[in-house]
Amino acid sequence: MEFAELIKTPRADNVVLHRPFYLAVEGTLCLTGHHLIFSSRRHDNAEELWLLHSNIDSIEKRFVGSLGTIVIKCKDLRIIQLDIPGMEECLNIASSIEALSTLDSVTLMYPFFYRPMFEIIEDGWRSFLPDQEFELLSSVTDEWRLSCINKDFSVCPSYPPVVIVPKSIDDEALWKVAMFRHGSRFPVLSYYHKKNGMVMMRSSQPLTGTNGRRCKEDEKLINATLRPGKRGYIIDTRSLNVAQQARAKGGGFEQEAHYPQWRRIHKCIERFNILQESLIKLVEACNDQSHNMDRWLSKLEASNWLTHIKEILTAACLAAQCIDREGASVLVHGTEGTDSTLQVTSLAQIILDPRCRTIRGFESLVVREWLQAGHPFQQRCAQSAYSNSKQKWEAPVFLLFLDCVWQILRQFPCSFEFNERFLIMLFEHAYASQFGTFLGNNENERSKLKLPQKTMSLWSWVNSSEELIKFQNPLFEANSLVIWPSVAPQSLQLWEGVFLRWNRPSKFLDEAQEEMINIIKYNKQLQAKVNALRRQIAEMGTDDRM
Amino acid sequence: FHTLSMLQVENVKLLDRYTNRKAANGTLYLTATHLIYVDASTDVRKETWILHHHIATVEKLPLTTAGYPLLIHCKNFRVAHFVIGQERDCHEVYTSLLKLSQPAKPEELYAFSYNPKVSKESREIGWKLIDLKVDYQRMGIPNDYWGLTDVNKDYEVCNTYPPEIVVPRAASKAVIIGSSRFRSRGRIPVLSYLYKENNAAICRCSQPLSGFSARCLEDEQMLQAIREANPRSPFMYVVDTRPKLNAMANRAAGKGYENEDNYDNIRFKFIGIENIHVMRSSLQKLLEVCEMKSPSMSDFLTGLENSGWLRHIKAVMDAGVFLAKAVKDEKASVLVHCSDGWDRTAQVCSLASLLLDPFYRTFKGFMVLIEKEWIAMGHKFSHRCGHLDGDPKEVSPVFTQFIECVWQLMQQFPCSFEFNEHFLLEIHDHVYSCQFGNFLGTCHKEREDLKIFEKTHSLWPFLLQKKQELSNPLYKGLTAYKELQPNTLPFSFQFWCGMYNRFDKGMHPKQCVMDYLLSCMSQKMKLEDEASELENKLSFLDGPSPSEGSSLSEVGHTTSKTPMLNTPQDYEGEPPPVLSSGASVGDVDVPSGVDQKHKENLSHHQDLQDLSDTAHVLDSEVKGRKPQHH
Repeated sequence: MEFAELIKTPRADNVVLHRPFYLAVEGTLCLTGHHLIFSSRRHDNAEELWLLHSNIDSIEKRFVGSLGTIVIKCKDLRIIQLDIPGMEECLNIASSIEALSTLDSVTLMYPFFYRPMFEIIEDGWRSFLPDQEFELLSSVTDEWRLSCINKDFSVCPSYPPVVIVPKSIDDEALWKVAMFRHGSRFPVLSYYHKKNGMVMMRSSQPLTGTNGRRCKEDEKLINATLRPGKRGYIIDTRSLNVAQQARAKGGGFEQEAHYPQWRRIHKCIERFNILQESLIKLVEACNDQSHNMDRWLSKLEASNWLTHIKEILTAACLAAQCIDREGASVLVHGTEGTDSTLQVTSLAQIILDPRCRTIRGFESLVVREWLQAGHPFQQRCAQSAYSNSKQKWEAPVFLLFLDCVWQILRQFPCSFEFNERFLIMLFEHAYASQFGTFLGNNENERSKLKLPQKTMSLWSWVNSSEELIKFQNPLFEANSLVIWPSVAPQSLQLWEGVFLRWNRPSKFLDEAQEEMINIIKYNKQLQAKVNALRRQIAEMGTDDRM
Repeated sequence: FHTLSMLQVENVKLLDRYTNRKAANGTLYLTATHLIYVDASTDVRKETWILHHHIATVEKLPLTTAGYPLLIHCKNFRVAHFVIGQERDCHEVYTSLLKLSQPAKPEELYAFSYNPKVSKESREIGWKLIDLKVDYQRMGIPNDYWGLTDVNKDYEVCNTYPPEIVVPRAASKAVIIGSSRFRSRGRIPVLSYLYKENNAAICRCSQPLSGFSARCLEDEQMLQAIREANPRSPFMYVVDTRPKLNAMANRAAGKGYENEDNYDNIRFKFIGIENIHVMRSSLQKLLEVCEMKSPSMSDFLTGLENSGWLRHIKAVMDAGVFLAKAVKDEKASVLVHCSDGWDRTAQVCSLASLLLDPFYRTFKGFMVLIEKEWIAMGHKFSHRCGHLDGDPKEVSPVFTQFIECVWQLMQQFPCSFEFNEHFLLEIHDHVYSCQFGNFLGTCHKEREDLKIFEKTHSLWPFLLQKKQELSNPLYKGLTAYKELQPNTLPFSFQFWCGMYNRFDKGMHPKQCVMDYLLSCMSQKMKLEDEASELENKLSFLDGPSPSEGSSLSEVGHTTSKTPMLNTPQDYEGEPPPVLSSGASVGDVDVPSGVDQKHKENLSHHQDLQDLSDTAHVLDSEVKGRKPQHH
């Protein structure tokens, strides 16, 4: 397919761009296969706006006489308005945008066309390989092994080719366990707590069904993580009720009788359309320009967004608490083990493991616990808060995770190597990107799409020193402690950096950020100067003595 | 304080309503001024100090297995839940506290016995630190249109106004007196702030005694004089900060609001801030929300909404913004009143000044602002804060709301205030503490009668002494931002956890950026000193310098960013039996800043030499100014 077929009017002049908090600008609008480009074309102060079509969540058009107006609502929650003279031009442009922003085929997406303008120092596709992770693990314990049972994705289509499992469990047993778990997602290692050797595993629900099916190998697998005489915890991310209902559909939960060494705790984390609705309501509330405090608070409450944040964080804290405080191993799962499970396991690691609070460590966490673990990004992030076409699979699961990280970052502002911008950047790229990293729903699909060969990795770009500096937190000081966030409602806030980003000017907050960086930078320079002077004096002293 | 103690009770538990760890066990002491609890169950000596005047309510709760509970609510929003072993002890503490927290006579207030080791001279200098005349001079007054008048020097015009007030020069004594007879409690229109750039002024007064039809020529002339003092503007605003319905109801009592037909070229406007009773009950509801044991997000947000607190904060802010815009953008003067003109009017006028003038966002300026719009103009601190045993219906968090509005502005403009959140909290503490004379009584005349200028100390030098820890490292100076135009959409207002859940440390961020930056600032000074010292040395260095310079140690370590050992909360909700063993994990609780603060309070009794140092610093600030109060 040629993009040109979809673009009947590639260019329109005298278009007026409206954005909140900026003066309207007149200029030229151009459509390309992947971008909407607006240029003010003023020599003194040329302003350009490049918008990926894939970032467009919905568009609305209306006419006053022959002047058309297109309102574009983006997946990063920004809303812009274009006034386009000429009814035909406007209609053409609107229909092009509509078509180009909803391309069916992944291979037509921009990452397959994007040619990087920066020098690639490190190929991000090779930055975080499972072998490296296992090497780290092997240096502290020999109780685990890398299994290649899934090397051609034949056992579990949503798992990566290699997974880490207890050494005592052979591939044959894994086969059996896979049959007993939803989507074949048998329990695998998610995190090893060096401090006390406890582990966190994740899986999908067991297929016990109504007649209480059991699987000895499954029991053996998870028991292999227990120390003699110790108990473990199973954190089921569904309410007991939901878990019980799942039995009717062949799913279920671990029965006490068959897992006597495990204590099951149910935590209720919502999924799918409930989360999507929540996002839509929250964004709607944030965009409400009315001056009614009661309305705002009641809409904020009714969106339930912060309730979800609190629930997810609480479950993650509980998992971390079991591991660090109770000295117990933990298995986390919900239904499929691709959504709430990953929220809990990844957040627990941020709480427990200082490495996950560094930039590289966090990237590695996203790769391990989200991309390789098979969170279906393409389905979940297909649409954002403005979409009218309600499909079944969208859910801001990853955004909720990032929001939770932001909440912890806010409570421990000096314990993270990265800043808020880093998290916002990840949110943007999960929904629309020039990079292939978040395309596809699992490693299987990514491998079929040949993403590592045909597209650029987000990490190649982020980890270039030029970009990295923007994402560094000036306050960072490595903190080796476990960090326990507060989950009291008073401690959780609306993530303004994402949800109010386009609704209020950030000038004064940006200046504060800049000032903070300056203070710290100046002190570092002073310290360096003092050190240099001291050295100089010391040297003169020794010279004289010589 | 063992010897100072009037009452000592052993075996008292202090429950922590936030964490589920074991309650502390210790000893409770009552001194003449404080309730002190010493925790004996930890290795680190942990003390909790509560000033008697900070106690709002004391309640005896039904007997529990642990003993007799005593629940104390403080005016600075601390909640202390003690459990006492013996009923007799519990009752004794209860009755003592009731008496001690709200004395019957003003002479019994802490300020009259508070005696830091400060010389008489420095104490007097302290009172002269803030001179309102200097602030009027800063605005360019006296000028052709405005001047100070001594018409109220013996409080004949208005006994709740200060002796010196600023009125239009065009208003004769007869007009002033005539107008005063037409204004509730004689609170005539006076100048609050003059915006020098365009001569627009903010004036304040009480409601007119207009009833349904009464009018007063002098009052009309007074408003005309105010309008004409801003010759380039064809009109002026008259803003009634009350809801219209309230103002109309007042007409039946012979009060009310200005009739636009009777006054030339005024634009009349209602703003709709609720009265003190609504605010009192709103705060009550807010505190109930803050105190909920383990609320869901929904419980909290619904409670927050139902309390109406942020709605009221927004109303005050909106009014302040309206005034500032009228003055700056429309270049029009504004006359503001509510009923008596000492609550809502004070909030709104001071907020508008803060928005318009960067001086009021400095330490000194903020002190001037509070002295001018609140203390001098007769905000009834004594009644609103319940300093003495009196009518509980007079108590209202009017000043707290103003302080919160300032905090909300700090959130939007982090670089525009010289001071930080701690400064606001300190002021808020001392409005209730009665440790200093500034906030005693209800008006200037009453403070004179109480002889507070002779017998008590002023808060301001005390705060200036702590300037370093109260300052905002991000402050960009007086000229960086001129007028502030805050966003007042509802999402711009946040719940102020640092105020209303201030003593629930577990809820706050575990690492404080402000504290870290403050330590950077002090490190910076040390480094700069050392750098210049070293540079000097280097330029004069011609001989050998033995041993020096061999160490490359860092100067003045910044405080570690590593958080205090923090502990998990009750994430489980209903803990299963296994998890409850979590309590056995050795939770080390480092004494928090709260207790630190209260130890500082203690230090006033014991070690006050350094206060006299401030007095010297202050000397230079007040030199050449006439004493204001005598």
